[in-house]
Amino acid sequence: MTNSDTRLVQLDRAGVRKGGEWLVRGVDLSVSPGEIVTLIGPNGSGKSTTAKMALGILSPSEGRADRKPGLKVGYVPQKLAIDWTLPLTVTRFMRLTNPLSDAECRAALARTGAERLIHSQMRTLSGGEMQRVMLARAIARNPGLLVLDEPVQGVDYAGEIAIYDLISEIRKTLGCGILMISHDLHVVMAAADQVICLNGHVCCRGTPSDVSRDDRYHALFGNRRNGAIAVYEHYHDHVHLPDGKVRHADGSVCSSCSGEHHHHSHGDAPAEKEDGIRNAG
Amino acid sequence: MLDDFFTRALIAGIGVALVAGPLGCFIIWRRMAYFGDTLSHAALLGVALSLLLNVNTTLAVGAVSILLAVVLMALRRSDTLSSDALLGLLSHSALALGLVCLAFMTWVRVDLLGLLFGDILAVTPLDIAMIYGGGALVLTVLVVIWRRLFAATVSPDLAAGEGLKPEQTELIFMLLTAIVIAISLKIIGALLITALLIIPAAAARRLSASPEQMAFIAALTGAAAVVGGLYSSLTYDTPSGPSIVVAAMALFVVSLVPGVQIVRRVRSSTKGDRP
Repeated sequence: MTNSDTRLVQLDRAGVRKGGEWLVRGVDLSVSPGEIVTLIGPNGSGKSTTAKMALGILSPSEGRADRKPGLKVGYVPQKLAIDWTLPLTVTRFMRLTNPLSDAECRAALARTGAERLIHSQMRTLSGGEMQRVMLARAIARNPGLLVLDEPVQGVDYAGEIAIYDLISEIRKTLGCGILMISHDLHVVMAAADQVICLNGHVCCRGTPSDVSRDDRYHALFGNRRNGAIAVYEHYHDHVHLPDGKVRHADGSVCSSCSGEHHHHSHGDAPAEKEDGIRNAG
Repeated sequence: MLDDFFTRALIAGIGVALVAGPLGCFIIWRRMAYFGDTLSHAALLGVALSLLLNVNTTLAVGAVSILLAVVLMALRRSDTLSSDALLGLLSHSALALGLVCLAFMTWVRVDLLGLLFGDILAVTPLDIAMIYGGGALVLTVLVVIWRRLFAATVSPDLAAGEGLKPEQTELIFMLLTAIVIAISLKIIGALLITALLIIPAAAARRLSASPEQMAFIAALTGAAAVVGGLYSSLTYDTPSGPSIVVAAMALFVVSLVPGVQIVRRVRSSTKGDRP
């Protein structure tokens, strides 16, 4: 799909072994600029391990993990280890790995809807607020690659959609590649260019529509297609079904979303076409 | 001025406190209090070796502490035991080894109490030079690695993912702690060094709004504890090291009082290094 010199990060048959056990092995993966790759899988399936190999936090016990030289990474880890004795304001946290002006801090927080938290102490934040602040910090770095480990954990239902919309928008405005971990399959389906389903190894992969039709995916998660529909109904006047058809809010199904029901530009929905390629929106 | 033993004690103690405060902040943020204990217990082994090999005590203690920090780092990587079990193992093995070594050397008479609780009133001008020289070195390095160490403290994964090499920084931090323990052994003694590292930092917590401020206030609190402890030790004829720790504890209690709400322990604090 892309030639190797534009790839930000590439894993090649990579695996990690710890205490005699393989956490994950045989992972092939690459992220190019402007691409969203989503890792899904049950708990303990090696999603975070794979992301950590891509980041260089863990070195692969077999295979290779290569990053583009000089690549700037923005990372949102699953959780922080902030001790309650550590006085840490959001502003200070924003500047954790690189200096930022006040205006840059404020702008990044505003993008994730967390501007009002700018003077809060980190340990007083709720789960959802924490995610927004961590995301703001990562994008304030203006990264070439954004790695998000379960970016919507602890976020309420409406906020979840908002964050996924934001991630799609970040991809467009920053042009960065995004490697995302999620167990929220229904929303992932709409936001990713490529989905890799892990279960200690790559169980199946492809465009969201490919994966949602894959028997191995269903064996792992059960049939979640109805869940996928429910989410988009909540916010949009139509949904893109995994098979490429469009279902409008009134329940009618047709083959494209252009029509009298269409009130919402849907540039971010990758499942629009059968082959999963995003339209330019 | 340096002729007076009490003045020397004050100068030496304040010097140690100024370095121990900022370092102690990182020790409590990183939940490494037990690591400080381990290093200070190992310091006794350093003392035994210095007597055996007839080298400067501070240098020998420093060398043993640094070795221990490196061994600990290596063992931790190999996943043999949990971190706190490793610390307990190394801590008490080193302490016991030190005591056994001392017992074998029948030709030296060691003031064991002095080693365990410190003898600040016996501080020499050379000790003071070592404290201020070593202290200046430690603070300089700490300032240089501050941003990286702080990022690694908030999240080692985040720091590693964004290219800050936290393991390297962590090792440097452990070495700095080892140096501080070596230079403060004489002031406060092996059993109470950890107290001087963590109590002023804990007292500073309630009064600070930023990490840098907390480090600064911890240094001042430690210095105040040294002054208060030494004067009360003089007045009431109590041992100097423990008196300093009691003074620090009193300051901690005071920091809890003025109108500030009771400390709420959040979930994250349940995973401490100390049992």
